[in-house]
Amino acid sequence: MCDQTFVAVTFGPCDSCSKASPLMNIYIKNEPINYCSFCVEMMACQGLQKGETLASLKRECDNLKKKLEEERGKLNDVELHQVAEKTEVLGALSVKTRRVLKGHGNKVLCMDWCKDRRRLVSSSQDGKVIVWDAFTLNKEHGITLPCTWVMACAYAPSGCAVACGGLDNKCSVVPLSLDKTENLAAKKKSVAMHTNYVSGCTFTNSDMQLLTCSGDGTCALWDVESGQLLQSFHGHTADVLSLDLAPSETGNTFVSGGCDKKANVWDMRSGQNIQSFESHESDINCVKYYPSGDAFASASDDATCRFYDLRADREVAVYQKDSIIFGASTVDFSLSGRLLFAGYNDYTINAWDVLKGTRVSVLFGHENRISRVRVSPDGTALCSASWDNTLRIWA
Amino acid sequence: MTINTLAKGGWYREQMTCFRKMEKVIVAMQDPDMGMKMRNQRLLITVIPHAMTGRDVIDWLIQKYNICEEEALHVGGMLVRYGYIYPLKEPRSLVLRADETPYRFQTPYFWTSTRWPASELDYAIYLAKKNIRKQGELMEYEKERYSLLHKRINHTWDFVVMQAREQLRASKQRRKADRIVLECQEQAYWLINRPPPGAHNVLDMGLEKPNNFSLRVTLNSDYYKREIESCRRALGRNRVKSSICLEGFVKFSEQYQNHDPIMQGCLPSNPWISDDTAHWTMNSEIVPVPTRLRVERWSFSFMELLNDPIGRREFMTYLEKEFSAENLCFWQACEDIRHGESSKIIQKVEDVYKNFLAPGAARWVNIDSKTMDKTLEGIKHPHRFVMDDAQLHIYFLMKKDSYPRYLKSDLYKNMLAKAIVPQETKKSVFPFMRRQRHSSPSPAQAVTQVTEEDGRAMGAGKAGTNSAAGSHV
Repeated sequence: MCDQTFVAVTFGPCDSCSKASPLMNIYIKNEPINYCSFCVEMMACQGLQKGETLASLKRECDNLKKKLEEERGKLNDVELHQVAEKTEVLGALSVKTRRVLKGHGNKVLCMDWCKDRRRLVSSSQDGKVIVWDAFTLNKEHGITLPCTWVMACAYAPSGCAVACGGLDNKCSVVPLSLDKTENLAAKKKSVAMHTNYVSGCTFTNSDMQLLTCSGDGTCALWDVESGQLLQSFHGHTADVLSLDLAPSETGNTFVSGGCDKKANVWDMRSGQNIQSFESHESDINCVKYYPSGDAFASASDDATCRFYDLRADREVAVYQKDSIIFGASTVDFSLSGRLLFAGYNDYTINAWDVLKGTRVSVLFGHENRISRVRVSPDGTALCSASWDNTLRIWA
Repeated sequence: MTINTLAKGGWYREQMTCFRKMEKVIVAMQDPDMGMKMRNQRLLITVIPHAMTGRDVIDWLIQKYNICEEEALHVGGMLVRYGYIYPLKEPRSLVLRADETPYRFQTPYFWTSTRWPASELDYAIYLAKKNIRKQGELMEYEKERYSLLHKRINHTWDFVVMQAREQLRASKQRRKADRIVLECQEQAYWLINRPPPGAHNVLDMGLEKPNNFSLRVTLNSDYYKREIESCRRALGRNRVKSSICLEGFVKFSEQYQNHDPIMQGCLPSNPWISDDTAHWTMNSEIVPVPTRLRVERWSFSFMELLNDPIGRREFMTYLEKEFSAENLCFWQACEDIRHGESSKIIQKVEDVYKNFLAPGAARWVNIDSKTMDKTLEGIKHPHRFVMDDAQLHIYFLMKKDSYPRYLKSDLYKNMLAKAIVPQETKKSVFPFMRRQRHSSPSPAQAVTQVTEEDGRAMGAGKAGTNSAAGSHV
């Protein structure tokens, strides 16, 4: 009598035929449309050639995907751990908590290091963004945003600004001023506008361009000065949760991962999806490039982290263990790329040997989920942000 | 008004997989052959059957998963936190202790996954039962919730009270041991699904995601056409043999191993460990003499050399000697266009054309005719990426030609010989005496200074820049 679950849809005039009927809410290339079910079917059949049906297209698509897997398998002449047999086994890591940053009043959702190797910015569920000198534990700047769940924050390469965004569907850039009397939030400048929450953001090689990913299934490149959309990237069929810029010489690609279990590599100039990997069994929470730019790692709710080689175009390693039951929410490589640090929903951080595929160490200490781990720019420390309201520096 | 669809969204999916995995572990623990040994536990005057100690749980986990004690304690602890195992002695403390503390398995009826999400009605019945049994002596927070529920589902309150009375009557007809067990189980269930204020809420899932529009997107033929197109493109890509790619990773990690502080430590010491910032001072952007590791890194790849300001400066000096410095200058100017402000693109492109590409330009760069023609065409409608092809051409020219020669040159070899190898800081005699942690000037400060200087001395631009540079290190 009291607990009922029911399916409800909107009711009203259809956008296409104007008849009042139950409507389906669809997104076509990010535009929300409300059509009645008949018009939806009509629209889906538009653009079909003679003799084609949606089912036949789907079949063709599935066949091509199978062929692609076969092609990828052809050049698979050796496994990563076999090649890594000659490398020496890593001893246990002697990594301990060296700093605990307390000051957030609620879950810390994201953090990013500054290029000066000691400062970092962190954002939390209560809308506060704090810039810390992690070495001295000083809080240098505090910004209060009008929205909760600030899920993305990034430090500008120059160190003079931070970007942050979340449930407000925007990503804003805030210039950092040392004038204590100034209200930083007043100087906030909205740069990115999405139709759903912003899940990740990063500056490109300069302060002038911002790359964002969002729950509306797209990624976008923005010009900070004008707020103009430079390029948008469509291809994910569900929320995009994470992105990372490639450290390559030509600096033109980035990878994104989302709830559709896919990790896509994009060309920033053309907006095209260059490569796609679909081997996870659940949402991909985080993606990060290997330091050389030839591969990337992903963390997923299926409790595994995976390693994808871009030149061989396939998944080359899976990092999993029976005793690890909870999903991984974040990954980052150490400076040499030999270690992969992954933060999990069971409050631990596991360090994996990337080449051999074995787990090297477990780091305990946090009292709630890990939302983000990041190695500092010179590789001297690892920072972890957690839902227990603190950040920890490990070294 | 849009009411969004099914209640079972992202949370359900994410949490269910975890529950299922934990349940597998629990079932394995109770396996008659490979599971744990259970025994009877004495609780005051009653004997509770089928109980185990915390120690048993941990030992079983260590043996089954081949993990250490700390991790087994953690995994077991999660099983307790999620209510699959509950403590008999201190029922409100959902913690696994590695000793003789007795625990018991939760009955599947009360698994969180069985009746998820926990319903308000059931909670009301539970509180009503407790209220009757304890004659009104509920805990503070339970009293508050009880009255809240009373207001909220007032229309079914008769049903609630009736159910509570029925269940109490049925339980009185059970044996005392069974009754205690049932009470413990129910209490454990509600401690997790309705935690007391301030207690850790293990079922806190955060933001609901994803938005279920994946179904809607695939209704469109456009979607499948795009997927087919990208599959076709992917089939046509060049792939490299695994043995070559994977060998590359091994080599890369070997090459950088000595440079990885987390793995090999760093000299003189890791600032985070010793509180001494010497390592950072020695490796600042601009130093008179760079460290040996830093100079070595320039030989790893051309990108490493260019990314380091001192490396780039040295390379420029070398190119000047070879009379090909315009290449690096051109490359830098192109980078500036690519990453700079949109409003300055047109001006910058013009400058680049004048200085590097125009016939008879002061620092003319040597690009092949095809690229030159394409670039000159593009300059008529300048945009951010108009110099890309030319820039790439020059980049690879430097990389294949000048860069290898630089590494063999005396300039580089001298740099390497002069480079510092810091001494490892001896561990302090009094390790518990912490050094004072010095703060450093914020990078944001540099900008503020410059703007102040610009304001004050409008003409003396040079002076402004100098003071900003001075405040930086």
